[in-house]
Amino acid sequence: MSQARLAPGVVPGRLDPHELAANFVDVAPPLDDHEARVAADRCYFCHDAPCVTACPTSIDIPLFIRQIATGTPDAAAMTIFHANIFGGMCARVCPTETLCEGACVRMEAEGDPVEIGALQRYASDGLMAQPGHPFRRAEPTGKRVAVVGAGPAGLSCAHRLAAKGHDVVVYESRPKPGGLNEYGIASYKAVDGFAQAEVDWLLAIGGIALRHDQRLGRDITLDALRAEYDAVFLAMGLGGVNALRAEGEERGNVLDAVSFIRDLRQASDLTALPVGRDVVVIGGGMTAVDAAVQARLLGAENVAIVYRRDRSQMGASRHEQDHASRSGVRIICNAAPVKVHGNGSVVEVEFAYTAVDPDGGLRLTGDRFRLKADQVFRAIGQRLDGAPDALALDGGKIGVAGPGRTSIPGVWAGGDCAAGGDDLTVTAVAQGRDAAEDIDAHLTGRPVEIPG
Amino acid sequence: MADLRSNFIGITSPNPFWLASAPPTDKEYNVRRAFQAGWGGVVWKTLGSEGPPVVNVNGPRYGVIHGPDRRVLGINNIELITDRPLEVNLREIKSVKRDYPDRALVISLMVPCDEDSWRDILARIEDTGADGVELNFGCPHGMSERGMGSAVGQVPEYIEMVTRWVKQYSRMPCIVKLTPNITDVRKPAEAAMRGGADAVSLINTINSITSVDLDLFAPQPTIDGKGAHGGYCGPAVKPIALNMVAEIARNPATRGLPISGIGGVTTWRDAAEFMALGAGNVQVCTAAMTYGFKVVQEMITGLRDYLDSHDMDMSDLIGRAVPNVTDWNQLNLNYVTKARIDQDLCIKCGRCYAACEDTSHQAIALKPGRVFEVIEEECVACNLCLDVCPVENCIDMRELAVGEMDLRTGIRRGGYANWTTHPNNPMAVKAAE
Ligand SMILES: Cc1cc2nc3c(=O)[nH]c(=O)nc-3n(C[C@H](O)[C@H](O)[C@H](O)COP(=O)(O)OP(=O)(O)OC[C@H]3O[C@@H](n4cnc5c(N)ncnc54)[C@H](O)[C@@H]3O)c2cc1C
Ligand SMILES: Cc1cc2nc3c(=O)[nH]c(=O)nc-3n(C[C@H](O)[C@H](O)[C@H](O)COP(=O)(O)O)c2cc1C
Ligand code: SF4
Ligand code: SF4
Ligand code: SF4
Repeated sequence: MSQARLAPGVVPGRLDPHELAANFVDVAPPLDDHEARVAADRCYFCHDAPCVTACPTSIDIPLFIRQIATGTPDAAAMTIFHANIFGGMCARVCPTETLCEGACVRMEAEGDPVEIGALQRYASDGLMAQPGHPFRRAEPTGKRVAVVGAGPAGLSCAHRLAAKGHDVVVYESRPKPGGLNEYGIASYKAVDGFAQAEVDWLLAIGGIALRHDQRLGRDITLDALRAEYDAVFLAMGLGGVNALRAEGEERGNVLDAVSFIRDLRQASDLTALPVGRDVVVIGGGMTAVDAAVQARLLGAENVAIVYRRDRSQMGASRHEQDHASRSGVRIICNAAPVKVHGNGSVVEVEFAYTAVDPDGGLRLTGDRFRLKADQVFRAIGQRLDGAPDALALDGGKIGVAGPGRTSIPGVWAGGDCAAGGDDLTVTAVAQGRDAAEDIDAHLTGRPVEIPG
Repeated sequence: MADLRSNFIGITSPNPFWLASAPPTDKEYNVRRAFQAGWGGVVWKTLGSEGPPVVNVNGPRYGVIHGPDRRVLGINNIELITDRPLEVNLREIKSVKRDYPDRALVISLMVPCDEDSWRDILARIEDTGADGVELNFGCPHGMSERGMGSAVGQVPEYIEMVTRWVKQYSRMPCIVKLTPNITDVRKPAEAAMRGGADAVSLINTINSITSVDLDLFAPQPTIDGKGAHGGYCGPAVKPIALNMVAEIARNPATRGLPISGIGGVTTWRDAAEFMALGAGNVQVCTAAMTYGFKVVQEMITGLRDYLDSHDMDMSDLIGRAVPNVTDWNQLNLNYVTKARIDQDLCIKCGRCYAACEDTSHQAIALKPGRVFEVIEEECVACNLCLDVCPVENCIDMRELAVGEMDLRTGIRRGGYANWTTHPNNPMAVKAAE
């Protein structure tokens, strides 16, 4: 047993290397051929299938599953990639229980959906493991498009534009592409460097130049991009993190959950990554769950998620909540932080229970409690940071009409930074793709291809 | 990417997947939607003579055999030919063909067995723009009692006679659709060829009763307490259809006669198998009736994927297995295999053991810890164990090398030798002295 297991404070090496390795293995291991056939056999090939309607990228699920069932998984993969070039990542990270699988008619029939996500991974992994890239670029159009942000929205847009013969330049502020696929998604959902491998595979279509360490607003301006390119697609995601607005928030070891997760994703040696013994995560979304679960997996003894509203209102799906509970995370609802106690670094967090007013507003009650904490993660949402002033906003995000058209002609936006849609990888992919179709139609007059 | 464009007896279509003459092709609405979904062609639901159309029963017309999870394995039907007026069908055919010139549109016909009836109907369809005709000599119920359908298809002389009339009174390519309700399918195919048919298509449905209602004591589907035999189709009939296609493809008398393969085609693989056995294209009914028109998309991508991965053109596939279809007495009796169980894959269910111990050759040993092992001294290589094993590829049949000892017979494996020269065969052909 590791010496540091019960050490107080924020320390590395709470678990032995082999324990850590075992904790961070693939959370949903891939299906083998036989399992895939058995799973595929359960699909009814529904008419106007509800699973497809529930998929933000409208992947033709019954078709790709039938293609697996009939022994042509590569054809299945092409069905997937035509609609969603990040089919591999989405298969791993989509909250399928609230999307396709939640809508599967087998849920109605026997409460047990077709394993769409696992089958999607089976097919897409199989094709991606083969050499080369399966899409060819159309004849060059001579048009050039700038994309800001190399996350799923930006790269999905770039890939479709490149496929249609446009030349794309992607400006990315970070040293690596992938966006939250690389810096945000929980480690155990995309193991073995899948995020980078997927980006490399996607870029192999050609015609996409990546410019790293290029930040819009610092190194480049929207005006310059508009002057140089035929169109601009903004996909910067949400760089800012919401503050707790609790007294003492500035104390040591009170961190953003996304930073913790980013460090975790980028760590080459998990035994060197420090984590608290008593960890408190504030928030109720996927980020909160991911931070809490991964803190547990790193060896934190007590981890609690505290959410200010009712459990049913948590952004994290039931499935994710259960995953947190199974991982030993305590979920406390209807409580909000009021004060971070400590002396330099956090020692305790004080919460007040909340109540809902008749008008729906949330109010703190006098009922209070304290949680011991040597590390606190803020996970109460991200916000748009540094959008060019000229853009009209909508609810704090870039306002868009239709397939991502912003208030400025020639400028499109999609993914988390744009208003509308859930903040999910798959939604970002869909919006990037649809914007690319619209940009293409705009630049060439060609008709928009029906998604999928 | 493999080119799936098909040319069947001069009728072109963007792919070799046609809908067979049946409810899916009964009217303009269906056929337009089928073409939108990607079907390469259709054979329109069988038309009858001018005059009041036939009537169908107004109770259930299908009986179905389900597999696990209610998968449709076979459908029996008691539907007749089209029950809509001839003029309506002809008008619709013309309109669809005009809008879909690249798709194959063949008209299926069934009229009484006299020259005037055939001449008249051929004249009526002349200006529809259709690409060809298919003669329905196959329907096994309702029409056969009236001297049509399989009543014609079971008499080779009638087939030849009617085909001749059709070739005489029409310029259109003519496909003769055969009934499987006959002992030797080569005979009607030969008759069609003699009559001048451009192709045969097969199979139509097989006489059947799907099940008996054990409360009503009547066959299903039951119409007011009674049932009649119907025609069986769907995945269950594919093996019968494949054999019949192969019989015609390898019959010297009909060699080269184009064949349109029908019967249980449900996936690209079924289609490829029909084509390997000599079918120039395939027709589909039950798969569309079970899964909708969209099912063709899997057939298209699957066949393309298969051809690409084997670096083949469609023309390389068509007929490729025909030379390997032979008679039993030509099979190599010195080809020896032994079952082999992959212990890593085995889930220890014991089905192989039950099958072999109870019904075959007691060639599987049940060892402590539920370890199942093949006893090579007893294994006759029937492969029943492999067939009943629930785990794919868990059991395989290992081929003995020439010269290797067969532990069951104590004889080393020799080179090719078949029954015709086997010492146990009283009629063995002696090598020429
Ligand atoms: C911790 C966490 C876990 C998540 N888990 C899941 C999950 O399991 N499943 C799921 O579906 N979704 C999950 N999400 C949500 C999902 O990751 C996002 O919705 C998705 O990544 C949004 O894609 P995007 O391309 O819009 O933005 P991002 O992925 O954020 O990419 C934006 C890119 O733009 C770059 N950038 C930012 N500003 C600039 C600038 N000014 N100039 C140039 N480049 C810039 C960034 O560096 C980044 O590379 C999670 C999110 C978080 C934070
Ligand atoms: C309900 C039904 C009606 C049919 N009607 C016709 C018909 O009018 N003419 C015809 O030639 N074949 C008819 N058939 C036979 C089909 O065209 C086809 O030969 C047969 O169903 C086998 O193909 P399958 O296994 O793909 O269904 C009918 C089949 C069914 C199920
Ligand atoms: S809803 Fe379920 S059963 Fe129906 S097509 Fe989708 S995955 Fe298949
Ligand atoms: S399939 Fe349509 S026509 Fe047939 S019984 Fe059902 S509802 Fe009636
Ligand atoms: S049938 Fe297959 S899985 Fe079952 S015991 Fe035999 S070899 Fe093993």
